[in-house]
Amino acid sequence: MPTEYEPVIGLEVHCELKTATKLFCGCRTTFGNEANTQVCPVCLGLPGTLPVLNEKAVEYAVKIGLALNCTIAQYAKMDRKNYYYPDLPKAYQISQYDKPLNYGGYLEVPLKEGIKRIGVTRAHLEEDAGKLVHAGGKAGRLDSSDYSLADYNRGGIPLVEIVSEPDIRSADEAYAYLTELKNILLYIDVSDCNMEEGSLRCDANVSIRPKGTEKFGTRTEIKNMNSFKFAKQAIEYEIKRQAALLDKGERVVQESRLWDVTENKTKTMRSKEEAHDYRYFPEPDLVPIILSGDYVRKIKDQLPELPGAKRARFASKYGLTAYDAGVLTADQELAHWFEEGAKHTKSPKGLANWIMGDMAAKMKEQEKELKDLEFDQKKLGELVDLMEAGTINSKQAKEVFAEMFDAGVSPAEVVKSRGLAQVSDPKAIEGAVDKVLSENPNVVADYKGGKQGVIGFLVGKVMQASRGKANPKLVNEILKKKLDA
Amino acid sequence: MALSEKDVQYVAKLARLEVTDPEVAKYTQQLANILEYVEQLNKLDTTQVEPLTHPLDVKNVFRPDEPKPSLTQAEVLSNGPEVQSGHFKVPKIM
Repeated sequence: MPTEYEPVIGLEVHCELKTATKLFCGCRTTFGNEANTQVCPVCLGLPGTLPVLNEKAVEYAVKIGLALNCTIAQYAKMDRKNYYYPDLPKAYQISQYDKPLNYGGYLEVPLKEGIKRIGVTRAHLEEDAGKLVHAGGKAGRLDSSDYSLADYNRGGIPLVEIVSEPDIRSADEAYAYLTELKNILLYIDVSDCNMEEGSLRCDANVSIRPKGTEKFGTRTEIKNMNSFKFAKQAIEYEIKRQAALLDKGERVVQESRLWDVTENKTKTMRSKEEAHDYRYFPEPDLVPIILSGDYVRKIKDQLPELPGAKRARFASKYGLTAYDAGVLTADQELAHWFEEGAKHTKSPKGLANWIMGDMAAKMKEQEKELKDLEFDQKKLGELVDLMEAGTINSKQAKEVFAEMFDAGVSPAEVVKSRGLAQVSDPKAIEGAVDKVLSENPNVVADYKGGKQGVIGFLVGKVMQASRGKANPKLVNEILKKKLDA
Repeated sequence: MALSEKDVQYVAKLARLEVTDPEVAKYTQQLANILEYVEQLNKLDTTQVEPLTHPLDVKNVFRPDEPKPSLTQAEVLSNGPEVQSGHFKVPKIM
């Protein structure tokens, strides 16, 4: 019988902070500008220059720590991580080693089976490295290039590295963790989290162990996963690869591996510093960071309601399912839009259905964002209430919605001007029902003979006679009553 | 603490320094002397002393998040031994 394995996964996420300037100098952090035009003697590491810490970066880093339920260090310092690699001209990266700004936190991740708490070991501040383009040889391929081109515009941009505990047990959990983390970072407004531009990057430590055992297996580190989808695929692949090795009686080698998007597999990556001996020591050019309780409290007071709390509140306050609450809070702006709308309807659940259904579909189709909409929440609330009250049926509501979406008109006015109001007067419907029954004696006979399914045909006839305006529920009821009488 | 020639070769490699065998022997002796000298500090009882990471009694030196002019691309690249299309050109990495 094959051994059943349990994956053990930890994630390292690098998040670029959206400060205007770099971590230690006044160079701008704009993405996509011409190479080496946002560089100064400090980020170039010229002799005699001194770094000075960006106060906004410290504030953002603390904000991240608080949002991830971390302890904020009373005493933090910066350290030098020494390595020779041309992505940093100084031959060291200023990072944090034994006294990080934030440590000992957790993230509550919504999974299908409920909420899972995943530990956050630390979230520390460091500078980003420059960008290398590997050229010559097979272009873009590190292993066959003849030389590299270095652009230091990115070098020195503030990063927060968020390290999880090895609490993650599947690729799906990793995906959920990343999604929730990104959502939180967007909510607290500290990063663009744009993966294509590299402002959010992720590495995964993956190992497996026989199910039921405690001891961790040998892990590999997967790099170069520049989307959550790739991260999930890479982790899934790596779990299978390691299981196949162990099943064959072979060993997993501790190494860094790259996710190859074109071949859909992880590949061995020769390491940039063979010895991985970074010789950390306290950065002598920077003084310690000692934050007061007041400072931390002030930042804490500025934190918005975070996605987890918002989801729980949406579910209980508006009677939404966990899924609906998740969709509506995945975007802070959408969540706000919904909440404003809920003030204008008797049925927040109905409103949620419209937002996630027709509205989302039409917005996607016409590539519109919330700010581009022709109508406001009050109008959509009006439509929801017209439908809930039975004034219009769902088919009519769709027509009214389309007109409101395109022209921004009020649903009540559309109903009035197009004479759409649903007929819910039993007397009027009874008249139409009687007429249809007398015109279709054969169908009535079929029904009485036991073919109850033919009632659908009769409902259709009545609806047709009323030009779609009759309340279908009432039509059904009245028909049944008369036929069964 | 005994310092071996292997240690010196290792440190030289991390620092990307090329050292000859006679140099390794010489540096091993010199570095051992330095370490031995510093070792004297271990004679002091520091159990009651807070670790010091910075000699100055200064904390929280921050800078406002305000952009300052950068160098021009030409200035940035002016010390580069080899440049190509606005980049520093560096030797094959692997």
